[in-house]
Amino acid sequence: MKVLKSIAYAVTLPALLILLWWVLTIDSTNFYVPKPGELATTFVDTWFGERFREDVMPSVARFAAGTLLAIVLGIAAGVCIGSVRWLRSLLEPMLEFFRAIPPPVLVPILMVLIGINDRMKIAVIVFGAIWPVLLNTIEGVRAVDPVLVDTARTYGLSRWQRLRTLVLPSAAPQIAAGVRQALSIGLILMVISEMFASSSGLGFTIVLFQRSFAVTEMWSGIVLLGLIGVAVSIVFQVCERKILHWYYGQKEVQHGR
Amino acid sequence: MTAAASTSSPVSPTSPPRRAHGRGAPLPSWVLGVLGIVGFLATWELVVRSGLVEAEYLPAASAVLREIAELAGTSEFWAALGRTVRTWAIGLAIAASAAVVVGLVIGPSRFLRRATHSTIEFLRPIPSVALIPLAVLLYGTSMQSTLLLVVYAAFWQVLIQVLYGVGDVDPVASDTARSFGLGALARIRHLTWPTALPYVMTGLRLGAAVALILTVTGELVIGGGGIGTEIALANSGGAVPQMYALVVVAGLIGVVVNLVARVVERRALHWHVSVRREAL
Amino acid sequence: MAGDSATIETGPREDVHSPVALSVQGLQKIYSSDTGDVEAVRDLTFELRQGELVCLVGPSGCGKTTLLRCIAGLLDPTAGTVTLDGAVVTGPPKKMAVVFQEYGRSLFAWLTVRQNVELPLKNAGMPKAERQKAVSEALHAVGLEHAESSYPWQLSGGMQQRVAIARAVAYKPEVLLMDEPFAAVDAQTRADLEDLIRRVWKELGVTVLFITHDIDESVYLGERVLILSNSPTVIQEDLTIDLPADRDQLTTRSLPRFTELRTHVYAEIQKAKRGKGGDA
Repeated sequence: MKVLKSIAYAVTLPALLILLWWVLTIDSTNFYVPKPGELATTFVDTWFGERFREDVMPSVARFAAGTLLAIVLGIAAGVCIGSVRWLRSLLEPMLEFFRAIPPPVLVPILMVLIGINDRMKIAVIVFGAIWPVLLNTIEGVRAVDPVLVDTARTYGLSRWQRLRTLVLPSAAPQIAAGVRQALSIGLILMVISEMFASSSGLGFTIVLFQRSFAVTEMWSGIVLLGLIGVAVSIVFQVCERKILHWYYGQKEVQHGR
Repeated sequence: MTAAASTSSPVSPTSPPRRAHGRGAPLPSWVLGVLGIVGFLATWELVVRSGLVEAEYLPAASAVLREIAELAGTSEFWAALGRTVRTWAIGLAIAASAAVVVGLVIGPSRFLRRATHSTIEFLRPIPSVALIPLAVLLYGTSMQSTLLLVVYAAFWQVLIQVLYGVGDVDPVASDTARSFGLGALARIRHLTWPTALPYVMTGLRLGAAVALILTVTGELVIGGGGIGTEIALANSGGAVPQMYALVVVAGLIGVVVNLVARVVERRALHWHVSVRREAL
Repeated sequence: MAGDSATIETGPREDVHSPVALSVQGLQKIYSSDTGDVEAVRDLTFELRQGELVCLVGPSGCGKTTLLRCIAGLLDPTAGTVTLDGAVVTGPPKKMAVVFQEYGRSLFAWLTVRQNVELPLKNAGMPKAERQKAVSEALHAVGLEHAESSYPWQLSGGMQQRVAIARAVAYKPEVLLMDEPFAAVDAQTRADLEDLIRRVWKELGVTVLFITHDIDESVYLGERVLILSNSPTVIQEDLTIDLPADRDQLTTRSLPRFTELRTHVYAEIQKAKRGKGGDA
């Protein structure tokens, strides 16, 4: 019963919105707004063929490679910088500046530096997405509870053990917040880098549709990007819940009191 | 969509200030920070001067700084900067007001919150750059195109925080207000809004950073003037030093936006007694 | 040394001939800060024989925690030495375990109770089977075998502190330091935990240094009580507690001797607060 109720809550509004859309476009000939059924068939026709292999998969692969690299590098560098106080003071203003650069402006720069190729597109994602992970890791490492640090020291935990069982888990909630930002930046950059300088990929294809006034196809591309965004967000949330279950549990307990 | 914004507000409310003694820092941190900037510029200069990277692709730091100084002397630069800041401010203002209104309507009602949850969670992660083709189709290269992106991206940032904030209203206080016969509007004014305000400020800070990213992105990809467009022009015209100079300027605007947003947020948090963790 | 009442015997108990486990000689700690130096501990000298349970009591803010951190090797003293088993302490020694007052913050929130207790053993390279057994025994000793797969934050404060004690016990240290471990738990739990400490101490034959600000607690628990003067801190009195070895919350606390000792310690601490008896 409870499950049914929450399903009803989750489904009702989207269903109503689609119904509304359907009713409003039933005899419309509006060039800009396709009908729901039309869009659905176009979506399948457009993306579930050769394009899936030629455009969608490479884009998603570049996104995955770039963000993963950004996350790994960001955490590694963040742990190093966060544990050394003078290094942190030395680098923080510089890092704040890099973080503040709107990432898409890196596209023209890396185009000049690396050329127009896959490496450039991945580099754009890494350079744009690394900052939130890096800065949040630094912040998280710095905020490790001093009592816990003392505890680890009195039990003589080795450097590796300290990193694995103390520093990383304790910084994990902060790192996760950074990763969430990195994912959405990575997705933006995946699209932008292809819109700017490419002859294939999702971003390129959607712009191509727009330029050739293939409006329904363009909409289907927007929907696809949206679905990718939602899928990434769901995967992230599942992982986060799993890794940080202790954190959410603890928070619930604290709220309950 | 979330983006490069800081999560450096109160992090661990229980941890006392770190031990200040022990080895003792020989230099105050701001001196180190300045050293870091100087060191970075020097390294950059050296990398180019030594021929490690050709100046054609990466001009020396001094050349870029000179270029910035030159740009600052032109009225075109200031016009472009003004345009970027205007688009950003208008976009953020529209997004924030819409988000606050929607948040205050949805937030207090459990029914509305539950009914809209799935829709919000679906729309939020859609990368706003996906809307670029639509914006171009609808508005061409005018400022509205970029505004559409900015509003869409910043709206969710603020909305989520407003919803958190409204959810933070103490149920006892709410019951008290009801028992004193305060109407719905009066409750919003005297109870919901003051509770949610610090969260709104956090939302504004996050939204401000996202709005700037999307402003520059829109200008870069769609065109229509502003710093982003200037970067695209410099790029296609092969004016590499100018391009770097404009990118540095874009970064500096970002730093200023972050600093101002943090100061404003801290002001608003000042009276908020409970130190809370930023709602992630 | 000020000994008001003739029946109070001071100095370490003569009949104990076991070797010295922990020795603190002329310990001094000065914190230097921008606003001037603060002398937290002036000149502390005392010894713990093997298997002793000694309580250290003093007015709040008298540098108890500084002392503990120096003994635990977490803080370098300005002058003087701490010697454990004949070796000078320069960093956290292997054969020492510490139980902190902030139980909630000294446990790893991301590890279960069992994993928390197991971690130091795992780090020390103890084989798995032996480790499992040691952990189970320790959890049994503190009465937490049913909660081994819970997370610390799912437990009450008193139970969390039991986990910290189990972790220390499983580690089989030669010296166990406890820094006001029961200051933040309720009175009933506290009595239980006090008895737990007495039991564990007797069963394991470990040397315990128990720091507290609670006079009753120090007299009830200790075989000896060291009274600290107000800061700068020195040992004001070294008092032997000649109560029966088998102690019980009800009967021991109602003994006339208990009351005498408590009154004596209380008077000494009052003197310490006024800063009279401290200049040894």
